[in-house]
Amino acid sequence: MSITTAGPAAAPAAAAKVETPFQRFVSEFAASKLALFGLAVFTMIALIAIFAPWIAPQNPYDLAQLDIMDGRLEPGARSGDGTMTYWLGTDDQGRDMLSGIMYGLRISLTVGAGSALIACVVGASLGLLAAYAGGRTDSAIMRLVDLQLSFPAILAALMILAFLGKGILNVVIALVLVEWAYYARTVRGSALVERRREYIEAAHCLALPTRRIIFRHLLPNCLPPLIVVMTMQVARAIALEATLSFLGLGVPITEPSLGLLIANGYEYMLSGKYWISFYPGIALLITIVSINLVGDHLRDVLNPRLKK
Amino acid sequence: MTVFLLRRLLQAIGVVFAMSVLVFIGVYAIGDPVEILISPDADQIERERAIEALGLNLPLWRQYLVFLGNALQGDLGRSFVFNEPALQLILQRMPATLELAFGAMFIAILLGLPLGLYAGLRPNSIGSKVIMAGSILGFSLPTFWVGLMLIMVFAVQLGWLPSTGRGETVEVLGMRWSFLTWNGLQHLLMPAFNLALFKISLVIRLTRAGVRETVLMDYVKFARAKGLSPSRVTFVHVFKNILIPVVTVVGLELGSTIAFSVVTESVFAWPGMGKLIIDSINVLDRPVIVAYLMMIVLMFITINLIVDVTYSVLDPRVRLESKA
Repeated sequence: MSITTAGPAAAPAAAAKVETPFQRFVSEFAASKLALFGLAVFTMIALIAIFAPWIAPQNPYDLAQLDIMDGRLEPGARSGDGTMTYWLGTDDQGRDMLSGIMYGLRISLTVGAGSALIACVVGASLGLLAAYAGGRTDSAIMRLVDLQLSFPAILAALMILAFLGKGILNVVIALVLVEWAYYARTVRGSALVERRREYIEAAHCLALPTRRIIFRHLLPNCLPPLIVVMTMQVARAIALEATLSFLGLGVPITEPSLGLLIANGYEYMLSGKYWISFYPGIALLITIVSINLVGDHLRDVLNPRLKK
Repeated sequence: MTVFLLRRLLQAIGVVFAMSVLVFIGVYAIGDPVEILISPDADQIERERAIEALGLNLPLWRQYLVFLGNALQGDLGRSFVFNEPALQLILQRMPATLELAFGAMFIAILLGLPLGLYAGLRPNSIGSKVIMAGSILGFSLPTFWVGLMLIMVFAVQLGWLPSTGRGETVEVLGMRWSFLTWNGLQHLLMPAFNLALFKISLVIRLTRAGVRETVLMDYVKFARAKGLSPSRVTFVHVFKNILIPVVTVVGLELGSTIAFSVVTESVFAWPGMGKLIIDSINVLDRPVIVAYLMMIVLMFITINLIVDVTYSVLDPRVRLESKA
């Protein structure tokens, strides 16, 4: 008992002298101002998405708060009853675009991050299995990966949604089925290298159960490339979801993500009412670019080939 | 080589069959085939006749054989909306999509090569930094939103270009093309540029990387030492050597360009295959969906086969690896 309680207390003391890999990673990541900026922007976006119901000027889906007379107002216009200013204008239903974007971010981020996470679990498990089992299992899984990757993501997602129909859950399923292959290939690649290392051999010699070797020894050492792929795939998933929703195949009209907001503004575009599509697009763009900035730098930091 | 070719061909045929089973399961097993394949407007007698004619009372594996047999004869059902054979409907739209895809590839090369060349020759100049930042933006910008913004600026506000549609077309070789008329060309420019955006970034990056590697080669140093003019070194010795890999990659991207035209066609109301499939999904015109999916699978497998074979011709290591 005394040993277990001493563990956590002793760890920080030791870490103060010797730099842990995690601290090295943090200081290397912080070296890039652009990546830090990306992380700051993304954190802000995530916070806006999480706290949207409390900070948005209006609940855009509470019909009692909407006034159809305020429809298609320009950015900066005041509402008919003079109680609030629509900083980014309103859509055809008289919804405040700023609030719409905040709520839309929630859906876009949830779908993007959720599908990336599920795809990561599915893909990483299959990748580990392929690397560890080898032989037929390996070639069967990798054949499937090759097949998946030979079709452009948008096409594969289109096929899946053509069968399943729209809906948030179906979009997530489609995104997972489209993306798992990237994780599987990445994990298999690094697991094949790690498998031949001495520590795995040592674990075998200790007669540890296979499951423990895979998840406690092999998996943690395959994590760095997996994290990089995951960051990039979150951005890709958000963009793909927006595209599918724009095409009318994604989220339902009751749960509008950024893509659907942009689609709603499409018909008003031609009459010069740009803001209904413009601002949700800017929000989408900022989200994707901030994630990509972080991911781009993570790739450099976590790439062992670039280590001095 | 012949063995390699045959093996890849057999694999490709295998994949087509696997996909046909998947599409079949998607349409016949997940959904109710009676609802999917028979128009909802049909009355009871028509429905029973159609069930008989389509063989929907047969066991599932027999149904698959009927579906496969019809598909092999090019019969993928009739569209509910247009009341035309689905395959014919798709083939009619194909020239518009191909025109758009090739237009996009052309623009990508036309803009990407010179910009990439400049960025590769002067990697530290401000111009190249702007170009590279622009190419990152090209990767990050959502295509459909850029399309909307292009319409907004060039069609609505400036009024320089038409916003949607295909414009005037001319019939050549039994198909309608719009790039042969001035009006059609104006209609083509914006969608093609929109579709090209991602590829422009790709070509810039490929060209830049190629140039930066090539200028360090001994033969380039030798050409300079020989006293050749800088423009001759650049355009004959450097440019010619990077052109082959760049053009190869761009050619290989044709498939994904055709796939992404789904988005661009929807934004610009371009009447191609992509717009047709989106419209069909939205009105549940299932025979067209099935026909499109089978067509596109076939097309991709053909493109992938050509890519693999081209690679194995260019790089013998691929052949040797697959033998081992």
